[in-house]
Parts: sequence; structure tokens; C-alpha cells
Amino acid sequence: MKRSSSSGQSSVPPPILSAGVSRRDFLRGLGTTAVSAAALGSQSLAAGLAQANAEEVRGPAAGPVTLSINGERRTFNLEPRVTLLEALRLNAGLTGSKEACDRATCGACTVLLDGDPVYACTVLAIEAQGAEIETVEGLTKSGGLTRLQQAFVDKDGLQCGFCTPGFVMTLTALLRKNAHPTEAEIRRACAGNLCRCGSQPRIIAAALEAGGTPTAAKANTVRFHDHALA
Amino acid sequence: MPWPKETKYLGKSTPRAEGPAKVSGRAKFTTDVAPAGVLFGAILRSTWAAARIKSIDLTAAQAAPGIKAALLVHNGEYLTRYYGDELAALAGTSRQAVLDALRLIKVDAEPLPFVVKELDAIKPDAAQVFAGRPNQGNNPARDSGRPDDAFAAAAAVVEGSFATQIELHQSMEPHAYAVSFEGDEMTAWASTQGVFAVRDGYARNLGLPQNKVRVICEHMGGGFGAKSSLSIEGELCAKLAQAAGAPVKLVLTRFEESLATGNRPSSFQKLKLAADKDGKLTAFQMDGFGTPGYMASAPNGGGSNGVALPMPYLYRVPNSRVKQSAVAINAGVACAMRAPAHPPAAYGMEGILDDLAVKLALDPVAIRLLNDPSEVRRHELEVGAEKFGWKAKYQKPGSSPGPVKVGIGCASAAWMSGGRGTQAEAQISSDGTVEIRVGTQDLGTGSRTVVQVVAAEMLGIDPALVTARVGDTRYPPSGGSGGSATTASVSPAIFDLCEKAVEELKKTSGLDDPRGANWKAACAKIGATPLAVTGRWRDGLSTGGAGGVQFAEVEVDTETGFVKLRKILAVHDCGTVVNRLTCESQINGGVIMGIGYALYEQRVMDRRSGVLLNPNFETYKLPGIGDIPAIELLLLDMPERGVIGIGEPCTVPTAAAIANAVANALGVRVPSLPITPDKVLAALGQVPDNGDRAAQVRDLEGAFARVAGAERPILLTETPA
Ligand code: FES
Ligand code: FES
Repeated sequence: MKRSSSSGQSSVPPPILSAGVSRRDFLRGLGTTAVSAAALGSQSLAAGLAQANAEEVRGPAAGPVTLSINGERRTFNLEPRVTLLEALRLNAGLTGSKEACDRATCGACTVLLDGDPVYACTVLAIEAQGAEIETVEGLTKSGGLTRLQQAFVDKDGLQCGFCTPGFVMTLTALLRKNAHPTEAEIRRACAGNLCRCGSQPRIIAAALEAGGTPTAAKANTVRFHDHALA
Repeated sequence: MPWPKETKYLGKSTPRAEGPAKVSGRAKFTTDVAPAGVLFGAILRSTWAAARIKSIDLTAAQAAPGIKAALLVHNGEYLTRYYGDELAALAGTSRQAVLDALRLIKVDAEPLPFVVKELDAIKPDAAQVFAGRPNQGNNPARDSGRPDDAFAAAAAVVEGSFATQIELHQSMEPHAYAVSFEGDEMTAWASTQGVFAVRDGYARNLGLPQNKVRVICEHMGGGFGAKSSLSIEGELCAKLAQAAGAPVKLVLTRFEESLATGNRPSSFQKLKLAADKDGKLTAFQMDGFGTPGYMASAPNGGGSNGVALPMPYLYRVPNSRVKQSAVAINAGVACAMRAPAHPPAAYGMEGILDDLAVKLALDPVAIRLLNDPSEVRRHELEVGAEKFGWKAKYQKPGSSPGPVKVGIGCASAAWMSGGRGTQAEAQISSDGTVEIRVGTQDLGTGSRTVVQVVAAEMLGIDPALVTARVGDTRYPPSGGSGGSATTASVSPAIFDLCEKAVEELKKTSGLDDPRGANWKAACAKIGATPLAVTGRWRDGLSTGGAGGVQFAEVEVDTETGFVKLRKILAVHDCGTVVNRLTCESQINGGVIMGIGYALYEQRVMDRRSGVLLNPNFETYKLPGIGDIPAIELLLLDMPERGVIGIGEPCTVPTAAAIANAVANALGVRVPSLPITPDKVLAALGQVPDNGDRAAQVRDLEGAFARVAGAERPILLTETPA
């Protein structure tokens, strides 16, 4: 396992690696020239390779990893293979982010990394160093609820609630970028979050509500005898 | 029913009590529980579809760093019968340590012949899942009336073949347990639909006194039938904790969830339906089979094991012959899944009924009104058809112009529901607050809020004064959450409890009516010892027998085979609605699960390796937020019937309605679920046949023939995909 030795900021999306050029980025870049040009900036391939090869070797033993979680810097002793999700849940004691697939397919583990939603099960803890990590527990300091969280409660945007923190984080990121999202934008943002209880219609309603678009309850009721039988 | 007529909370919308804890990540699920010093448990599983296990060597794993306990599931030589079967378990100080050590376990096994497809397993020369026993069970035909005569005399007869897939529960929280022993007391946190069932399972399997086992399930991330009792991973978790002398937590991975925690059995249905010239049904015949996994032929030589469908479904048919059997394959076992046996029955019955309507040139709604014995459901059909605009939208099958064809369909459901014995206790304190404890659990249906709403209504107080505690065997007993029974079980017990509380408070306070405006004053007289009352379920407040009708509108692209849902209308009855908000959420959820069953979900086994090919969310497709159309709900309010559960009937007719809408759009029927683009194109004759299709048809015909016990294959009028 290698870790980048440089700490310079680059503009490489996605935010998984915001610190310099890792060996993996470099090798990946060789296959996609557009990305490599963006990722490497003015550096030549040779210089990039030299830098990547100079990376410090880590692991397999545990070592100190410092994470900035909900505005607090915390250091844990972790094997390099420990995921950000494991570090959050087991080491930091923040169990709001859930694990439902552990392979980037359900979104239950969604956290924000420098403001962008990522699957914490598929980011290594060491990779998240240097980034601002936000979890569902960090959305309010006081123990109150954000407008979005309150809308989830009011609109019943949850049933079992296991997928809920993930949806809340995905939509928090959306609402910060786009304060009044449309239903189509909400669906698009949540394309990476699964809910087996089928709460999606009301998750959409909650997000619309939080974005200032009032939603009417869709259900109607008829009394049995209000409607004559044929 | 004694439920109040004018209500303030009952039947209105109250946000669920645990909502704030769940949206803020505070709610602790079993997967989040971490008793001090907890170890991680993990299971070693068979990588053979069938094998003789000769020996398993745990030595190296036991000696690996961080490993504190290792155990075998069985001792000595034995046979394992599916890919994913539990062989051994380990506990250690970190997940990484345990995963490393699992790789050090040496299994000496002799692979054996296996069979993982129903159509292969039913052949006479198939590998036998249990040696010496045929894979196919042989149940006698169930006849009523004189089907042969009725078919001969009918004005119209249709035949068809319908098949449904294996569906996986895939609750978002995997099966999870954490077990801790202190002295002779055991505490287990379990993601379960039945805390008492798990307690009794532990007592029985570990030889512990029932009163020394406590099971807690504060919040759980879904179950859908797969978490009804103590499962093997729960037992292994406890045994690891005993062996290690430390608490152990065991959470299954998504991979394991898919392999080994239950599923909805498959079905293959050859159906025949007849009617007189007006469309009154006269005769029904079914030859059917399906697989519940490897256990099909184990204890009873081919019983139904949840495979048998309630046929003929819903409709009054005076003459019928039904023959069904279970077929064993080398794969994980089925268990109850949301409305067991009903969604496949609805898909078959509602499909053949629509085919009959087409043959008789009758409107699908009209033929249902003519044959459905349930007054409530007929009413739902009429109200729904009106709301849906059925008459204006209905076109003859396949007559929609252009390459993207529009179609509509409807289908119905029946479910027994009903409530059963539940007890509850309350403490009412002098500040007017009420704490109610019930040993039920909350699967995500909002059972705490049910308690709160009923108590607030009956006591005339703000729900905020009521705290409901559930999910602990230290609370008064309640049954498992299954069969859509929880709300109908819990509400009457709370009703009873509140009546007693009012009586007691009258005495304590001297007030004629301590409820409502007098509540605070009455409670102020309670003093230092809270008032304790109990309640129990009683007859006359809940019933069973829920129905429902759903309507679907689809677009089918005949060039790509892609089905797009435009709209679903769900019309359901559940008697006295307790909490409208959570009731509607459950119906949404049932419909969405039905969408997955209709269009996306299926377990895929590999014939050559015996391996499950899609044990993950990237290849086992759940409906995503982009797949969900506008869902409209119409609740039929019938307070006079009392409380009826809604969790299961709402998922029954969805796939059948969608399938009928697709058939209406195309003018041909896709004969199996899920309705994937390849099957749509095949049904339209747009897929070149390389000979596989003919072989499949032969296999299917042969299989039906064997189920029917016929000498020669029965020829199908329709060719399956
Ligand atoms: S647990 Fe990370 S995406 Fe599913
Ligand atoms: S609310 Fe249960 S998975 Fe979404």
C-alpha cells in the first residue's frame, strides 16, 4: 500500500484523492490521456512516475491515520486496508453511516468528502486523510434536525430507516448545491441510493419540501358506502 | 367495533416516533451494537453445490493472530447440499483478522453431482439432491366438482404457461446478531421479526433456561419474512461467544444474504381456465411446481415447503383440479417472504383470466366483477377503474399504434391478516406521561407509533405524552411480526390497557372522566408510585381478510423490449386505519417491491458450476428511485371492520397488474417474470432461435407432464420463453 508523499491540492475529481498524485492515479492516468493531462498538470510523465515510485510504503501493519470528521481531527491506529466506513463505525464510534453491501452499490454508507457524497465503504481510511469528512451525526451540532431531516420525519421519508442516513447525506449535498431541486434532479441525485422498504416516493417528497416546493399528500380515502355498488 | 367514530389521532397522520433518531443516525440497529470487548464473527461457507465433507482443519486458523474462537457446524463426515452452506465459524479481534483466518481453514471435500435448475432437477436422470429420493415430490391432485365435464361443456377455454423467479428478500440491514454472556445470563441483540421466537430458539438450541435469555431488537433494517426466527448465524454467534468467553457480533455480508438467508420459491404453472359464454368461470386446472431449494425433498419426500400456490386464486370457479409439487435443487432454502405464495398465484391466475377475457371479447374489469366473490374487492375494482380512467384508456390488446406501445392492466389480492394475542403494560406517572411496553418489534412499519396513536386517542392526550417501548423480551409478550398481524395484534391490547387505565384513574382521582382536559389533574393525584396497568389483545377490535386491487399503465418499446411504468393506482382496504401516514408508506413499499418482482429481480444460478451468479446489488436488481412511477393510493375506509394489517396484500397484485398491462400493450403475453427486455423481444418473435428455445419448451412440457403424472408430454398452446 502506498501513500502520496505530496500534499499539494489538485483539481482532480472525484474527491477520493485530493492530495497530489498517487501511484494508482498515475497508472490510471496513463490509460486515459485526458484525465492524465488534467491530473498531472504540467508535470511530465517521467516526473510523475518518479514521484509515484518515491511513495512511502505502508502496511500491512497498522499505523496512525488522521481523519477530520465533522470538524474534529482524530487519529486512529489502522491497517491500510481499513475502509473509511469501518474507521467511522468501529473506531470513531459513529454508526450513523450504515453498511449494507460493502461494495459501492447501495449508498447506505454515504458520507460527504469535501462536500461531495461518496460511498465510505469504497474509500480507504488512509485515502480520506486531508479531506473534510461529514457524517449524518455532524449535520447539526445541537442534536436538532436540519430542514431536510425534519422533512424526512414529517413526510415519512423512511420506514426501517437503514437506508435513511445515506439518502440524507446525498440530498444534503444536493440541496447545498441546488437549494430548490426539481423532482427529476432529486431522482438523479439519489440514483446511487437503494431503499428496500420502498420509501422513495416520500423521500422525493421530503427533498422537495426541504427545497421549498410544497407537496400534497397523494393518498385519497373513500368510505366504503360513499360509492354505490353496481 | 368499539373504536371511536370521531377521532383526533386514530386514522390521521402521525409522524413515526423514532423518526428523529433514524434521520440523525442516533438509532442503534443490531449492526451498530458493540458490547465492550466485542469480537467479530464470520462464517466459512461451502464453495461446492454438493460435496462430501470429509474433514475440516481449523488448526491454522485457530493459531492465527487475533483469533479467539473457532468451531465446526457439524462434526465428522457429512454431505453439504448447496453453495453457501455453513461449514465453520470464527471469532476474532478485528474483521480483517477473521477474514485472513478464514482463508487458513482447510476443507477436505469430495465434490458430488448437483443440479441447480428446476427443469433439470425434474428430469428422471437428474442428480439427486438427497440420494435415493426423487427430487420431485408427488402430491395428489386436489379436485373439486367435475373439472373434466366442465371443460368439455365450456364456451371458451384458454391455456397458458406462467413462470415466476426466485426472489430474494434483500432487506437493507443484513441478518445480524450480537451475543454477550454474563454469568448464566445471556443477552442477544438480533435483527429479528420475533424477539420471543429468537429467545426460545436460543433456549432450545443452546439448552439455556428461557428466563435467562434476553433478546433485544430496538430498531431493525427490514426483514420481509426472512428474520422470523433464530437463524443459524445467530446460533453460531452465541456458540462463538461461549467458546471465546467474550461477546461476539456476527453480521452477514450481502453475498451471504443472497446465498443463504431464504427466498421466495419459484413457480412454473401450466394453467387452463374455462368459462360459459357470458364469462362466468366454470373450470380451472393447474399443473405446477417450483423449488424451495435443497430442503424440498428432505423431511417429507417432497411436500410443498411454501411452493404450493393458493389456486384457483381469488375467483369463484366451481370445478377445479390442482396438482402441485416441490422440486429440490442444490440451492439455498426458501422461507416466508412478504405474502408467501400470493404474488406468483396472482401473476398466474390474473394472467390466464385476462387471456380468457380477450378470447371472450370481455373487458378485464368486467370479467372480474362477474367472478369475484368479495363485495369489498368488487367495490375496489369499480372505484379504482373510475379513478384510473379505465374505460377511456382500455384498448384491444396490441392495438396501440407506433413502436412504443401503451397498455393497461389490473389485478387483485386477498390476504388473511388478522391479529393475535399480545400483552402490554403501562406506567402512568404523576406528570401525566405514559410509558407503554410491548414485546413486539418494529420492522419499519412504525409499531411504536401505533401504540402511541391508540393510547393518545383512547386517553384523549397528546401523543407526545406517550412513550412506547418495544423490541425486548423483558416486555410483555407479543407474537412475531409476520402475516401482516402486528398492528391488528398490538392495537387491541393498547385499547384494553387504556380502558383499564381510565377505570383505575377514576378511582385514584375521583374524577368522572380522567381523559382529555382532565388528564393532567387526574394524574397529579397519582403520587409517588406510578399507576401500573396491563392490557391484553381481545376479540372484536381487529379482523382479517384484507383485499386490494391495483391498476398499472405501461409503455413498452417494441424495438428495445424495455418496459416503462407510467402509473400505478393501488386501492386497498384495511378496516380501521390506525396511522394513515405509515399505512400509506407500507402500501408504497409493497407496490415498489412488486415492481421489482415484475421487472427486475431474479436469482440466477449457474448450471455448470452450481454457483449463485448474482449475489450482490449490481447484478441482483432492486428497483431504484428512477424506476418508480407515480403511485397513487386509494384507501377504502371501513372503520366498522376493526384493525386489519396492510403490509402484505399491498405487494400481491402489483406484478400481475404490470404483466397484464404489458400483455395488453403487446398483444402477446410474456410468460415469465421478471419481464426483462430480452423476454419482451422473444415474445414478439424478434429474437432468432438457435434451437435453445425449442429445447426449453420440450423441457418445460416434459416437466409439466411429470407433475401431472401423464404418460405423454402435455402440449402447450403457448410457447414459453
Ligand atoms: S455499503 Fe457502501 S455502497 Fe453499500
Ligand atoms: S427505509 Fe428501509 S431500506 Fe429504506
